[in-house]
Amino acid sequence: MTGAAAPRQTVPPPSDAAPQVARGQRIALVDLLDRVLGSGVVVVGEVRLSIADVDLVTISLRALISSVSTAFGAGPGDRDTPP
Amino acid sequence: MADDAGAWVYAVAGGIQREWLDGVSGVAAGSVHSVAAAGLAAAVTAVNLAEFGEEALRDRLEDLSWLETTARSHHSVIEAVGLHAPVVPLRLATIYHGDAGVAAMLAERREAFAATLGRVAARTEWGVKVYQVARPDPRASAAGPVRPAAGGAGAAYLRRRRMELSASDDSRRAAAAGAENVHAELRLLAAASQLRPPQGPQLTGKAAAMILNAAYLVDDERSGAFAVAVENLAARHPGVRIELTGPWPAYSFATVDEPETAG
Repeated sequence: MTGAAAPRQTVPPPSDAAPQVARGQRIALVDLLDRVLGSGVVVVGEVRLSIADVDLVTISLRALISSVSTAFGAGPGDRDTPP
Repeated sequence: MADDAGAWVYAVAGGIQREWLDGVSGVAAGSVHSVAAAGLAAAVTAVNLAEFGEEALRDRLEDLSWLETTARSHHSVIEAVGLHAPVVPLRLATIYHGDAGVAAMLAERREAFAATLGRVAARTEWGVKVYQVARPDPRASAAGPVRPAAGGAGAAYLRRRRMELSASDDSRRAAAAGAENVHAELRLLAAASQLRPPQGPQLTGKAAAMILNAAYLVDDERSGAFAVAVENLAARHPGVRIELTGPWPAYSFATVDEPETAG
């Protein structure tokens, strides 16, 4: 039973010549947020954060920064919260 | 009730077939459906505004694990549609009052979306980040331990410090010039390019300073040539490290309000 089925590749490459950099790899969160928060079409939604887009990015990056510094300051799995 | 019905929009395409969204999970583990109007279609998940209203959203954006899960879901829906058709990604947290609101938005922005779809069709976004390589400077280390020399310890220190500073200036200058070359060469292979703010070391978690954070919109048939060019540039510029990310949906080129060509 073990090792019988390799995970099926359901994502066809965009073209034969295309390099496969990120496919199948987990995209770094910072790169992802850079794009989903920092770009993409901005249309005025009906339910819209009243804060400016820049602030939206700032808020999220602040969360990211604090998490990165936590990651460096404490070992993985360390659930203790700093004072 | 109806007041609580929100519609989270991921992306807009010329049309979306139901089977493209089979098994695709959206934000809050919701299912994804398509809203068609004005010759366009949007990928949408129904969300509860108690959870996704302005106030709730602002709080949740501060919660990194929620943000990560949501960002990955948002991205994966855009990718799922993008596998089949040109797609315009929308920014995270674009929400309407139900499908009717989405349809009205599509109708209102029909021409702009069509133009953007035409611009990104058969093209892919690639990210290129260039870091300055921190090389131990031979001149600085050759100076050895501080010894009282002509002029005394203080003068020796100042001499060495001056050399260190000019060495770090040199490597910064070399790295900046390298990054400029990289961008100048890659933009020639791209239909459009965009310089994004470099990510600070707190974000990258890397000691090396990022000096270029660029996005390139490349014709799919030139993807291979683009990757080869990146490799060649890396070989020619040992003073920098080059990172290629992608393929991305055309996040950086999906402007509707201010269309822009080659950058």
